Amino acid sequence: MAGSNPNAKPMNLTLKVWRQKNRNAQGSIVDYQVKDISPDMSFLEMLDVLNEDLLRQGEEPVAFDHDCREGICGSCNLFINGRAHGPEPGTTTCQLHMRKFNDGDTITIEPWRANAFPVNKDLSVDRSAFDRIIQAGGYISVNTGGTPDANEIPIPKEIADRAFEAATCIACGACVASCKNASAMLFVSAKVSQLALLPQGHVERKSRVENMVAQMDKEGFGACTNIGSCAAECPVGISLENIAILNREFLAAKATSNNLA
Amino acid sequence: MSWITKTFSSSIGRKIIMAVTGLFLCSFLVVHLVGNLQLFKADNGVAFNAYSEFMGHNPLIRTLEIVLVLGFGFHIYEGLALAAKNRAARGNQGYVVDHIEQNSSWHSRSMALLGSIVLFFLIVHLYNFFGSLRFTDVPRDANGNEDAYALVLAAFKNPFYVVLYVIGQVALLYHLLHGFSSAFQTLGLTHRKYTPAIKFIGYGFSIIVCAAFAAMPIYFFFFK
Ligand code: HEM
Ligand code: SF4
Ligand code: FES
Repeated sequence: MAGSNPNAKPMNLTLKVWRQKNRNAQGSIVDYQVKDISPDMSFLEMLDVLNEDLLRQGEEPVAFDHDCREGICGSCNLFINGRAHGPEPGTTTCQLHMRKFNDGDTITIEPWRANAFPVNKDLSVDRSAFDRIIQAGGYISVNTGGTPDANEIPIPKEIADRAFEAATCIACGACVASCKNASAMLFVSAKVSQLALLPQGHVERKSRVENMVAQMDKEGFGACTNIGSCAAECPVGISLENIAILNREFLAAKATSNNLA
Repeated sequence: MSWITKTFSSSIGRKIIMAVTGLFLCSFLVVHLVGNLQLFKADNGVAFNAYSEFMGHNPLIRTLEIVLVLGFGFHIYEGLALAAKNRAARGNQGYVVDHIEQNSSWHSRSMALLGSIVLFFLIVHLYNFFGSLRFTDVPRDANGNEDAYALVLAAFKNPFYVVLYVIGQVALLYHLLHGFSSAFQTLGLTHRKYTPAIKFIGYGFSIIVCAAFAAMPIYFFFFK
């Protein structure tokens, strides 16, 4: 196998996996053994092996969310050994490799926990609350018609870089999952600062932050107490500074918007 | 008025209330500490009693007292209400294995617990001094001022109070080690140039203020 480590020994692991039939069922941790796991596998590939075993035995495979498997879609929401996306900093679960574990390890795998993220089944959770927050204001107006010229609106490089940094949020929800208060403020702040920095975002600048925060509260996320677990666990390194920007944007909008309601 | 009530009932608005009242309470701590430092004066409480008489009867101070009570009231109510809301947001089913200690500090996660210890201390503290001075007839010293110094002397001969007061200050210390800089972040006052200084001042403030307050019962218990 190209690029693989010839000395890597296959591992045997004990998995403690949260199993839950559906949204209303009681769930519980179930133990499984997986054998001959290559250290070159990603964590999700290791779960694929488990599911193949389960299918062969005529059992229900473990449901878990995944899509791109290359760290860009934010689907792979697993709470591994007490940490969002596992103990490695700056990684999604799909980018976590089995070489970070040792032969004989016991690995506990749980879904994101937050009232606003109900468990659909096993490890798969419903994160549509994030979609509704984005729908409430995480967009910009565009004129219809022909394709606009590139660089029609000049944006200084420094601003573009900062906006891009905030735009790298992949909406994975690790911030909510790791926060003691299940607060979504890092996620909301990333979108609010990204669009507040760019001229294209200025049309809806005030209504955006008002509506997104209102929707965030309505979904039942908690209030930030500046603990910082979110930024520590965020796979793309969205910083706490964005939450300060969110609070400033929110206060400024509340004080000056034309919205009396 | 609805946009105003909406602002201050939103999660961010309520946090703003916490931050503003929290920093206001920090300013109160400074005033309270500076006045109380007169307890260390070797004049058997003459200056302290005069100061305490002034604080008890000056109309401006009595008006500010109302602001202080409101500040405490909002801070405590919102603090406990937000803590309950945040616990509910987490949901009933917690993580079976949770290593949150690997990504955050204990005291930043324990603001409600630390605040509650401070609150318990505060109630006993008010009962010890404020209650006696305001609501009972306290003997007067040679200058005709209420002898608050004698109350302090008596209270801090009781080891139970000494221990409780020191515990109260340790709780306040940890509350402020997180709370001071946290309040600036809440108010949006975060900047890579100034935040390190705010953190440093916050640590210094918390340690100096709490150590000085804790020194009072210890000093009276052992040396008076
Ligand atoms: C002299 C006494 C006190 C001072 C100087 C003080 C100061 C502060 C400060 C500066 C903050 C940070 C606010 C922020 O993060 O924006 C804070 C947070 C907090 N305080 Fe206090 N506090 C005091 C007493 C209390 C009491 C008696 C309670 C009662 C339970 C309490 C409960 C809380 C809670 C729960 C928080 C976290 C709230 C949050 O971040 O949402 N505090 N405090
Ligand atoms: S802020 Fe970070 S942790 Fe939160 S959703 Fe975005 S990428 Fe995930
Ligand atoms: S599966 Fe897309 S980020 Fe992990």
